[in-house]
Amino acid sequence: MALLSKKDTNLILDPLADNNPITIQVLGICSALAITAELKASLVMAISVIFVMGVGNVVISLLRNVIPSKIRIIAQLIVVATLVIVVDQVLKAFAYELSKTLSVFVGLIITNCIIMGRFEAFALGNGVWRSFLDGIGNALGYGVILVIIGFFRELLGSGTLFGIPVLGDPIAKTGLYSIGYENNGFMIIPPAALIVVGIIIWVQRSRNPALVEEN
Amino acid sequence: MLEHLELFFKSIFIDNMVFAVFLGMCSYLAVSKKVATAVGLGAAVIFVLAVTVPLNWLLDQYLLRDGALAWLGPEYADYNLGFLSFILFIATIATMVQLVEIVVEKFSPSLYNSLGIFLPLIAVNCAILGGSLFMQAREIPSLGLALNYGISSGIGWFLAILAIAAIREKIRYSNVPAPLRGLGITFIITGLMGIGFQSFGGMLTGDNDPPEGTETTTAEKTEEKEIIEKEIEDDKKAVSYNDVIKE
Repeated sequence: MALLSKKDTNLILDPLADNNPITIQVLGICSALAITAELKASLVMAISVIFVMGVGNVVISLLRNVIPSKIRIIAQLIVVATLVIVVDQVLKAFAYELSKTLSVFVGLIITNCIIMGRFEAFALGNGVWRSFLDGIGNALGYGVILVIIGFFRELLGSGTLFGIPVLGDPIAKTGLYSIGYENNGFMIIPPAALIVVGIIIWVQRSRNPALVEEN
Repeated sequence: MLEHLELFFKSIFIDNMVFAVFLGMCSYLAVSKKVATAVGLGAAVIFVLAVTVPLNWLLDQYLLRDGALAWLGPEYADYNLGFLSFILFIATIATMVQLVEIVVEKFSPSLYNSLGIFLPLIAVNCAILGGSLFMQAREIPSLGLALNYGISSGIGWFLAILAIAAIREKIRYSNVPAPLRGLGITFIITGLMGIGFQSFGGMLTGDNDPPEGTETTTAEKTEEKEIIEKEIEDDKKAVSYNDVIKE
């Protein structure tokens, strides 16, 4: 880690666990839930957000002395919207099927509060390199949760990972299905995502009691 | 009239913004500790959705969709500015929120003070942008229906935040396992409420939306003609409807 000082490393590592944007800062939850029924969609969403956050934080950090504070929300929205258009067009060009699955949720990256939250809390007051690291760190923290939710929902709900059956064939009754295992259709429906996040929060806070909130 | 009623109940209960598509979750979780603030924010969301969805419908219809520029002249009919919709929608929303803020501050300072920072934050509430994007994705056929969609999905969001705020006020007196307190239990309760709301799916009398990705057949084309005729009627109705709302 010659490239990164200890302080800079923390910028990346903190949001992965103890300062996670989803479970601790309560930011960017909408998209974390809606598109996580499949691992592939979760992963693509995570990558898109990492791109938008990384570049967006750099742009806002560069412009931070130019943007008048009164209209900063609109200025920030324009920067994010431009980056999201790029992501959306790239997805439509190279992964059309996937862009159909993600549907409006790519557009909703614009209003993903992680992005606005980090612009407001960090990029407006810090240098370019640190803002970039902060953006990547927070987007990674978001991505980690997304991938965990996607993994469990796809594995338990459809018995597949990335669309490849891993628990055997449910129709031919091979693998786990031969001993009576059934796919849990509950994991596919939207409310299951909320409950999985609830459980992730539960596990995280049992491991680190300092994070426990009041009722 | 029937389709208005159907869309109204469908957007409130079946396609509920919070429980079916998880829009506006951040403010839903952050502002739902007290019923009073939840009501204020919910009302603001209904209002902003009712204004921005029809406005964005007009933008989509006459500027953005494939061939929408035909009214400028035949040489413009081939343009598809759809890729600009994110930026135009968000600009409309940010402008309208700013406008609402100014008007409320001028005419009702007490309401302005009680809403405080929530009002500007509505601009980045995904429920608002989501409303417009779903309006576009589901191809809502007329301005009247778009207005209906905006208001009813706002009401759905309002109901959701009201319910969770009431539950959270009561849950303070229960003995929740320590690591689940606060955020964790709120997530799980929302999940359970979502399962409850799924049972409203049985309310659907008949779903006229063609499944996504199907190509139009000749039968559907004749249907389309009927829809267009209805649309014209609806637009006439929508004008009178709008006037009623303003009064």
